[in-house]
Amino acid sequence: MSDRLAGRPGPQAAAVPGGVGAQAPAEDGLRDAGQDTGQHTGQHTGQHTGQDSAEGRRMAAPDTRTSEPVAAGGAVQHTAGTAKVLAVPKGRTGAARLLLGRDAVMIYVLLVVVIYACLVIPRFASPVTVGFLLLDVIPTLLIALPMTLVIISGEIDLSVASIAGLTSALMGVLWQAGVPIALVLVICLLAGLAAGAFNGVLIAYLGLPSLAVTIGTLALFRGLALVVIGDNAVANFPPALTAFFTSKIGGTGIPTVMIGVVLLILAFAVVLHFTPFGRGLFALGYSKEAATFVGIDVARSKFLLYLATGTVSALAGIYWTLRYSSARSDNASGLELAVIAAVLLGGVSIFGGKGSIPGVLAGVLLIGTINYALKLDRVSEVVLIIVTGSLLILSVVAPTITDALRRARHARRVRSAPLS
Amino acid sequence: MSLDSRHAAPAQPAAHPTSSPLGSFLRLRELPVILALVLLVAVTAAINPLFLSEQGVKDLLLNATILMILAVGQTLVIITRNIDLSVGSILGLVAFGTGSVFVAAPGLPIILVFLIGIAFGAVLGAVNGLLITIAKVPALVITLGTLYIFRGINNAWAGGTQYFAGDRPEAFGNLSVDTVLGFPVITLIAVVVVAIVAVYMLGTRPGRDLYAIGSEPEAAKLFGIPVTRRVLLAFVVNGALAGLAGVLYASRFNSVGATTGSGLELDVVAAAVVGGVAIFGGSGTVVGAAIGALLLTTITSALTALRVDKFWQQAIVGILILAAVVIDRIAGVRAARKLRIAEARNV
Repeated sequence: MSDRLAGRPGPQAAAVPGGVGAQAPAEDGLRDAGQDTGQHTGQHTGQHTGQDSAEGRRMAAPDTRTSEPVAAGGAVQHTAGTAKVLAVPKGRTGAARLLLGRDAVMIYVLLVVVIYACLVIPRFASPVTVGFLLLDVIPTLLIALPMTLVIISGEIDLSVASIAGLTSALMGVLWQAGVPIALVLVICLLAGLAAGAFNGVLIAYLGLPSLAVTIGTLALFRGLALVVIGDNAVANFPPALTAFFTSKIGGTGIPTVMIGVVLLILAFAVVLHFTPFGRGLFALGYSKEAATFVGIDVARSKFLLYLATGTVSALAGIYWTLRYSSARSDNASGLELAVIAAVLLGGVSIFGGKGSIPGVLAGVLLIGTINYALKLDRVSEVVLIIVTGSLLILSVVAPTITDALRRARHARRVRSAPLS
Repeated sequence: MSLDSRHAAPAQPAAHPTSSPLGSFLRLRELPVILALVLLVAVTAAINPLFLSEQGVKDLLLNATILMILAVGQTLVIITRNIDLSVGSILGLVAFGTGSVFVAAPGLPIILVFLIGIAFGAVLGAVNGLLITIAKVPALVITLGTLYIFRGINNAWAGGTQYFAGDRPEAFGNLSVDTVLGFPVITLIAVVVVAIVAVYMLGTRPGRDLYAIGSEPEAAKLFGIPVTRRVLLAFVVNGALAGLAGVLYASRFNSVGATTGSGLELDVVAAAVVGGVAIFGGSGTVVGAAIGALLLTTITSALTALRVDKFWQQAIVGILILAAVVIDRIAGVRAARKLRIAEARNV
């Protein structure tokens, strides 16, 4: 278990839910119970009063996590200052929590990269850049939204790109068969919903491991796409529709479809951060048993998530088809790993329980911007994946290193402190 | 020892009170995949006798060889409750490296080229292993990262260059053509590798440790197993085997370039899962994974021989993986129930 804990970035945890957690006391306590290892480090006296109440809740929720020896070290200190600071929450609070958290750092990095690219790379700061950059990242951005929720709840979905491919193939075949385009779109969305439901039943209700199941459906849905459309490609979609999908809002260069994407982002952000359902997903990712005990319907939550993933993947498939105005069975292949890389870079823990929509947005846009900037700078596209990979590894290794340093410093301080 | 390791479901007690030879055979984790393979071959051969002709069998084995070696390596990693998604990229790098070595030093003995390839793969595997064990970060994330990095290095290194079979000595290419007792040489290499690793996993201390780590890392640590070293070992061996597969790839296929082996990683994991290796570690055998790989590649050939639309092939592979997962789950539930009943009796 401590392997799992050590893998979680420590103090950043407090900042990840973006301060929203304070509004939901019950789940906050639950989260605290799981976070204490990180919280003890680097914080000083009196912090443990808040901890004690979390300790009490932990007895109710059968959380298997154990306090580390660091906790004992801190407890020696806290006896002195308990009375003074009674109700101070642990970790960073308020503005500091918002401005120094993992999400904020991602957004700063994104801003620095954008400003640097604007200054150094000729032709970067232009509406054309904005347009193509956004058009390129939209599929990743779309799928990253439900993927964030799925990974936060402690599961994974590798079949997303195959669902997009399947919808693309369906779209081509139905359109060629003379079905009206509106009906085609509806059928495609329903197909995505059905594909998601298939995953959902296997994972949520039969309790099969999501990694294995979605590797299977990755092959299955891509295979069905091949069965549906074979080697063919359908390209003659209505010009008005394909033109709409590449059109821009006025002279800003922002694609018109971004309006829909932004609405979807807002919807997912609200669901994840401001509804009991969304807050429950964090609890679910930390401990399924504890989530069950506080009254979260684990199976239903997971099932709904896979429905969302399937439907949004279908949307991404439709977008892909109309943007490139080509329906093929291999559309969007390999996108699943790119999406997961972006989501993890955005600060979502692969073990679940941690992450946020703003962080993921920054992650997706960061990868998109760096790739686009380097492409403009004539770096070969195929070499660019080194950047994606390095960023991903750096983003998970860096917190571990800083955490280890902080722990070492804390241990030194505890040892050298006079025993008054 | 050898009995309970075969059906090493995590919940199974060490010495099952009711294990008879027949019972333990029926509980073999590999049994479903063996049955599926036998059934597939039998049905296909009955409909199209050419399927089991000498050439047909040779093609079957040749196609399975590389996936088999990769699946064996992946099994070691999965058993320790980790995963390595970068194997396709390692294979690509080593395959291209092999092509380059032959062009740079045409006179080099073939055995030396093999050793270089294996060592190269082991180094790449060690990069994964060190990142995972020292930084204590999940393997899925790290190897997803190195999947991109290794592939990017391969792209930067190769650019548009491709090495063709003509660039390599004929003796090297003949490894995939010549047969001994009807078996292609590279398949024999794969079989030897499977046998060595299988014995290692069954009968040696480090091999058994890998199962213990995958069943319950915390308990393994308390028991005194050097978890970090063993996990590192699994990743290094997996890298070395991916390196070997890379060299064999260069022998078997005409061209190696920037995209060699891309997308292979999920096939490899699928082969292991189909072969009865539980995705959350602690159970499964390398023999099962090798048979899983053989089954996956055989399906492709069988569908061609049966004149089934080739487009169905991937969908069937998907269904197969799901079936394997469901079977594994049922076996797990049954084992848990048996354990509960046994415990109730012992009170």
